Parts: sequence; C-alpha cells; structure tokens
Amino acid sequence: MALQDIRAPTLGQALRPNIWDGVAFVLVIGALVLIVYGGEQTVVPLSTLDAAPVSLDPANLPLYALRTTMRMMLAIVCSIVFTFIYAALAAKSRRAGMVLIPLLDILQSVPILGFLTFTVVFFMNLFPGRVLGAELACVFAIFTSQAWNMTFSMYQSMRNVPKDLEEASQSFHLSGWQRFWRLDVPFAMPGLIWNTMMSMSGGWFFVVASEAITVGDTTVTLPGIGPYVAMAIKEQNLPAISYAMLTMFLVILAYDQLLFRPVVAWADKFRFEQTASASAPTSWMLDLFRRTRALRALTYPFATLNKAVSNLHIALPGGLKMRARSGPSSLIVDAVWFAVIFTGTGYAAWKVFAYLSTTLSPSDVFSAVGYGFITLARVIVLIALATLIWVPVGVWIGLRPKLAERIQPLAQFLAAFPANLAFPVFVVIIVRYGLNPNLWLSPLMILGTQWYILFNVIAGASAFPTDLREAAGSLHLKGWRWWTKVILPGIFPYYITGAITASGGSWNASIVAEVASWGDTHLMASGLGAYIATATEAGDFPRVVLGIAVMCILVTLFNRLLWRPLYAFGERRLRLG
Amino acid sequence: MLSASVVFASADQEKLMLELTTQTSLLDIRGVCRSFPKGSGEELLVLEKVDLTIHSGEIVGLLGRSGSGKSTLLRIIAGLIAPSSGNAKCRGETIVGPPNGVSMVFQSFALFPWLTVLQNVELGLEALGIDSTERRTRALAAIDLIGLDGFESAYPKELSGGMRQRVGFARALVVHPDLLLMDEPFSALDVLTAETLRTDLVDLWVEGRLPIKSVLMVTHNIEEAVLMCDRIIVFSSNPGRVAAEIKVDLPHPRNRLDPTFRQLVDSVYARMTQRAEPKMPTLDGIPGTSVGMVLDHVSSNVLSGLIETLAGPPYNGHADLPVLAGHLQLEADEIFHLGEALQVLRFAQLSEGDLMLTDAGKRFAHLETDARKKLFAEHLINYVPVMGLIHRVLDERPSHTAPAARFRNELEDYMSENYADETLKTIVSWGRYAELFAYDEQSELFSLENPH
Repeated sequence: MALQDIRAPTLGQALRPNIWDGVAFVLVIGALVLIVYGGEQTVVPLSTLDAAPVSLDPANLPLYALRTTMRMMLAIVCSIVFTFIYAALAAKSRRAGMVLIPLLDILQSVPILGFLTFTVVFFMNLFPGRVLGAELACVFAIFTSQAWNMTFSMYQSMRNVPKDLEEASQSFHLSGWQRFWRLDVPFAMPGLIWNTMMSMSGGWFFVVASEAITVGDTTVTLPGIGPYVAMAIKEQNLPAISYAMLTMFLVILAYDQLLFRPVVAWADKFRFEQTASASAPTSWMLDLFRRTRALRALTYPFATLNKAVSNLHIALPGGLKMRARSGPSSLIVDAVWFAVIFTGTGYAAWKVFAYLSTTLSPSDVFSAVGYGFITLARVIVLIALATLIWVPVGVWIGLRPKLAERIQPLAQFLAAFPANLAFPVFVVIIVRYGLNPNLWLSPLMILGTQWYILFNVIAGASAFPTDLREAAGSLHLKGWRWWTKVILPGIFPYYITGAITASGGSWNASIVAEVASWGDTHLMASGLGAYIATATEAGDFPRVVLGIAVMCILVTLFNRLLWRPLYAFGERRLRLG
Repeated sequence: MLSASVVFASADQEKLMLELTTQTSLLDIRGVCRSFPKGSGEELLVLEKVDLTIHSGEIVGLLGRSGSGKSTLLRIIAGLIAPSSGNAKCRGETIVGPPNGVSMVFQSFALFPWLTVLQNVELGLEALGIDSTERRTRALAAIDLIGLDGFESAYPKELSGGMRQRVGFARALVVHPDLLLMDEPFSALDVLTAETLRTDLVDLWVEGRLPIKSVLMVTHNIEEAVLMCDRIIVFSSNPGRVAAEIKVDLPHPRNRLDPTFRQLVDSVYARMTQRAEPKMPTLDGIPGTSVGMVLDHVSSNVLSGLIETLAGPPYNGHADLPVLAGHLQLEADEIFHLGEALQVLRFAQLSEGDLMLTDAGKRFAHLETDARKKLFAEHLINYVPVMGLIHRVLDERPSHTAPAARFRNELEDYMSENYADETLKTIVSWGRYAELFAYDEQSELFSLENPH
C-alpha cells in the first residue's frame, strides 16, 4: 500500500485532472505570463522611461507592483546562488574561510543604501543607455540587503553538520558534490529559509528606496512602487500614498500566502530532529498543490532533473579529508596565502587613503564621526524606547496563546512592510505643526524595525514553559519581582535576537529617515544618515565613502561591544531547555 | 524473501571471484597506532600496536571500556580516519578512504531525516552509480529482508528507535558489503528492542541470508558480545591495546541462562577488571602521585547510593559485578565506571570481577549527611592528587581564589582537552559536595568562599 506514494503514478491516473488542477493551473500560467511581461520591459532603452514617466494613476499600480516584486524575486535568486557558493567555499576551505568570514561580518554592517552610490554608476556604465543597467543596480542593492545573513546561516549549518551523518555519507562513498546536495543543503534548509524570510522582509524597504535614486547628475526612476511614492511626495498627493500602501499590503500578503508559507510548510521535513513535532506548519497553497494530480505529474521531470544534477559525478573537495597531520608543505602554502592577503589588504588601504586624502581633510573625518555619534545616540534612545513599549506588550500577548496566534502574523507583516512608504504621513504632520526635525524625524528610523522586537518577544513569551509559570504562581511571585526573576530572563535570548535586528535596521534606515521632504519642504536632521544622503545626492564620492566607513565601524563596534556579549550571555545562562 | 535471494545471487558470484584472489583474510591490521593532539600540544596515544585479522564467515566483537580506542579502530577500518602508523589492509589493499565492500551501522543510526526509509536505503547505491531499476529492486529486497515491509515511505522521525536501526541495517546491507562494521548498534535502544534486533540479526546470519561475509562489531556490553560473536577481542584502555582474545564456540541460538554462557560472561568480567587495574593506583601501593588521573564524572548521589546498596543485604560489602549490574540494570561499562570511582576514593576495591567495600566505605554507609561530607572531603584530599593540589593552592594564596585555567593547563599536560574538561567537571562536582571550595561558573574561579 505504502509503495504507491513513492512510485510515479501510473499514466491513466496521473493525467486525469481533478478540480484542484484547474485552480493550480491558472495560478501557474498566470505567474508565467506576468514574469514574461515584466521581463520584456527591462530591455527597452532608457529614454522610454523619460517618455513615459511614472504616473499617479492608481490603475498603473498593479503593474508597478509587479515590477517591484520581480526585482525582489531576481534578487532573492541571486542571493541563494551566492549563498551556496560563498558558504560552501568558506566552510570547505580553511584558507578561504579565513578571509571570507570576517569579510562577511563587515559586509553585514555596511549601510546598504550607501552601496547604491557606487553600484548605480557602475551598472549604468556597464549597460549605457539601457534600463537594464538601472534595473541591475536596484537588484544589486536588494541583493546586498539579503545575501549576508543567509550566507552566514548556511555557513553555520555547514560547519555544524552532525558528525554521524558526515561519516555515513563518507562511508557510503558519496562524492563531494552529492554530499553537498544530499547532506549540507538539506541540513541548512530550515535556517536558510528562516533567514531568507527575514531577508525578504528587509528587502521591501530597500527595493522601494532604491527604485528612485539620484546620484549626482544621474537620476534613475524605474517603474515601481518606490518612484510612485516619490512622485506622490513631490506632488503632495496623500491619497496616492495611501493607494501605494494598500498595494504593498496586498503584495506582501500574496507573497506570504503564495510563496513563503508553502515553502516553510514544505521545508518542515528538513528539520533535524528525530521526533515528530506536535504542530507542523501548514499552508493551504501547498495542500492545494499536493491535492492536484496532473500538476504533480508535471513536477516529476523537475524532480528527476534535480536527482540527476545532485548525482552528477563532479569532483569537489569533500571536506573532511583523511589526514593524520598537516605536513610542512601545507605550512608553506599557509605562509604564501597570508602574504597574499596582507599585500592585498595593504594595497587596498593605500589606495583608499590616496583617494580620500586628495579631497578630504582630518576635519572632515571629525565631523563625520561627530555625526556618527549623534545617530548612535538616536539608535540607542529609540531602541530603549521601543523596548520599554514593546516588551511589556509582547509579554502580555505572548502569554495569551489565542491572542498571540492572531497578533504574531500581524507583527511579522508589519516588520516586512516597507516603512519608508509611510514616512510622508509623518512628514506631513511635522511640517503642519512645525515640529523640530532633529527630534521628530528620529522615530522614522525605528518605524519599520521596532516590530522585530515585538514579534521576537511574543515568540519568547509563547515558548515560556508552563511549569515555570505555575511554579512562579505557587511561590506568589508578583509585580516587579515576577518581571525581573521570571519572565525577563525567560525571554531575554529572544529579545536580544529582535533587538539586534532592529538596531541594524535602524542604522540602515537613518539614511532615508534623517532627510525627508514633502513637496517643496525639505526637512533634515543632523546625523550620519543625513550626511551620507546629502553626499550621495551631490555625487560627492569621497564623503560617501567616508560616511559609509564611519557607519560601518560604529555598527561593528556596537555589535561587538554590546550585542554579542549580551547574546552570548543569554545563550549561556538564560536559554531554557 | 524469494526476491531477496535472487538479487543477492549475482553479487555472490562477484564475491566468489574476489575470494579466489584474497582467500586468506578479509581484513588485516598490523601494528596500527593512532594518536590525537593533547591540550598541551603533545600527542596522546589512543591505540597502540594493534594487530587484528578477520576471516570470512565470522562475527568478531571488539569489547572494551569507553575510551579504549575501539571506536577509533573501527573508524580506521572504515577509512574515516587514518592510522598514525602501522598498516591497515582490507581485501589485500591498504585502506585509504572508505574501502569498497565495507559498510557501517552507526550507534546513532545516522539516518538522513529528510529522506524516506526507501531513499535512505537507496542512498548508498546511488553513490555507486547503480541505475534506478536495480536500485529499487535491491533496496526493496533489503527492506524486505530486515523486516521493514510497509515502512518504505515513512520518514525516520515517524519510526521507533528499533525500526530506525533496522533502516540503518538495511542501508548497510543493500550495498552487499563483504564486511559489515557495527559501532555499538544496540546501545541507543531499550532493552527489549535491542534483544529482538540482536536475535533477528543472528537468525539471518545463521540461516546465511545476509549478503555479507563477516561482521565486526564494537560493543561495551559483555553479554551482547558473548551472545553474538564467534570471537571476542578484549581491549584495554590508555592506550587501547588488544588485551585478550576469547573464542566463543557455543552454538546459536545461545541461551543467556546456560551455565557455560554465564561462566564465559563471568570470565570476561574478570578479565576486564583485571586489565582496568593498572590505570588506577592500588590500595596498598603508593597513593597516586600524578595529577594526571582521568576522572569520569559520577554524581556523588550515585556514589552514596551504590555504597549503601553494597553495604546492605544481600551483598554485605561484597558483590559479583555481573550480578550487581543485573540488579541495578546497568551496562558493564557503567558499573565499571562506578566501581572505579569508588576505588579511586578508596571506598571500594575492584578485583576479579568483584566489587568489595573497604572499611572506610562501610563506615560511610552508616554516617549522617554532614559526617559523610567530611569523610568524602578527607578522601578527596588524600587520594585524588589534583584535589589536594587545588586545596593547597587555595589555602596558600592570600586571595584564596584561583582560576580554573591554572588547573586545566596542568591537566592538559597529561590528557586531551575533552578528558581535562570531564575531569574538571568531576572535580567541581565532588568538591562542591564535600564543601571543599566554591566555584563560580561565570568567572571560572575556585575560591574558599564558604570554607568549612
């Protein structure tokens, strides 16, 4: 009986479609047509963009949303390919890992919107006069916001593959290539999917920000949600902004229901645990596809192809090599490798210094660092405020399972929603009441990222063991003591995870949040974000580099000196179970 | 069952050809040594000059304490690690990487959780590049043989432990290996499941239905070795050496209650306690002067409980190890651990497969909690050199504190990092019980904070 599930269905059965086939078929064909249509638009000459400027007619919004979504999809595909190659290289080769992993760490803290300055110029020169260049610059910006944490997750999984499975795959003569597809990738899958989801959430913010870019004399306006909003700001059209927000809401909802939920439900089988979990994630979309017969039959060629590819006999370094000890020759190679790294680093440092020193003076550095500290102060105050508000709320929700079940998706949704779409609403208020931009622009930085704190705290409070709650109750722990002795330590690791994401996101958001405009009114708060944004608009590359470098250093130090020790402490002492 | 034997036939012919060329032995290990780097950077020898030959048609057991290097030897044979010196040959060829015709069953099953039973079983065949039709036939035959019918499309997490290990067996058998390696294959299973699996396997072996020539199994369970093996190789620890070789001529199926069987088990126990002794300082000898004594972590609660059990009836201070192990439902390896811990502390003595309480041990059994702690502390300082050292250092220092790193470094001069960690853990736990010192895990600091 059970054998029926694993053999390809016999012909007669497979080709008789059922009702679900009809539904699924329409969905698949629809997606294909949309992709082709969107793709055709990218190869047209750049001049057509000027001929058909972004229009505020809401009828155009579905098309804009499609273009924006396609950029996201393209970027995520690039990120996954990059992740596989980079992580595999870093995990399998000790020497590559020495360089690649610290590099990844720094790349993670580089403000993505700062990148845009260079990439736009680069890609526009690569495809002069074509929309493709601008499209690629935009995709690249999203890619840089997504790839790093996915790569980190993959790398970490590959380094932690259970030893017995490693031995089993070796003992059964799996080649390095087979091992990668049969062991490394499946094992990394749950973490990778979670991180991809987080990346996509962050990505919406950057796609909107990077579709309408001005770098010096070059202004690029790609058809998409971002330029639509930019146009609405210029024309002070509040209804148009609300249309854009509604569209985005629907796009993210569709993406969540049609793409991510099915993937998460499907990937449940890759979770590395030997016992079946109580509640597996579900997805109506996946169920629909599992119920279809003909469509399932259509996937068989893909499954076969996948199997064939993963079984290809490609020689790869298999990782664990039989070696009793490393010989002297390997020491020499190490020495040469170090020499290459240090020479390269030295050369790069000299080049950067030569480039910057011609236009910048030490006073520029001081002012940039000064602005950096202003933004740092903002980040700290905002995170503290968000903590004060959302931790109690999150705990209150998390301890009520019914409520948490309903609020949690909402919080995750809010985290994914590009907050920059909502900026104009706040700017209007600031302008109308003549508020101080230095103070009142600040909350925009955390508008989109505070939700990470909320949904992580909810997750922590939901996972808090019932027996500990009952024990606290029977010991009559109440009030302040209950918070400090029971629940706060219990949710600490979760809170830290959320706060790290929120603070990283806030740094990035500062570049768009510290400068805002509404029609002809321009507001600016002083800070490093505004510094970078102004330099970008003026095409002042040395100052952009300086600003990025300062932000990069501050973020890295902030992470190393505050978040990592806290995270390590939480993992060591406060992780439950 | 019919399909199974048909499929194996062609493979058997191949094997016949091979047998003509390498008639003498399946596996030949000569003078194999293996060492691992110690914490201090020097090498720690875990296998010393091991010789082992395996012929066609036998089940050989590697029996030894945990840490005796038997798993290391198995991994050398499986081609997963290389020997530091010596020669390991499989079917006449030096082993470099996993050899053909050898497959392995793992203690932890090592099943891929994202593959179904059938896919797990097929995995080894896929790696060999066997086409899909033959793959399917052979996999189904192996599944059939091992009693997994009907579970083909299940995922490992849906199965019980016993069923999972059956998948492990099917996966190893489906490639028709000459030599089947088993790394404590039953030790992660409960008693009943393990017994069923053992007898099923022996039955298949005796009936000649397994597509293999020989089996090499690692175990620390003495009864299991006597139940299944034709030959038992007893390993001694530190470093691992072949201490004895015992032939088991009993016909299958073997009866655990048969007097000959019991006698054999008893003699293996005796041999293993005999060999364990040189590692530990003896009662009447000079107390161990070396700080480098490896201490396995045993909770002081368990030690007290064991002393009480030994002092009470029916043992009255003297127990036969197999009997005690049976009574307490412990594996031979576990009872050795406990016995040795008591021996180190001079509360009991191990010899000839017996465990006897010393006078101090008998006294301990009848004391109150505080007095027990006092006696325990006394013995710790006198008989566990590193405890004496820590106590002295804390006493002498004006601050009465010392970082754990200071002692860890000293330990790592003698042992690997893992053993140093384990020893330190034992020290902290025993020291806390005896109220000799306090230890702060956060700062890794020993102190005389609450001296008594």
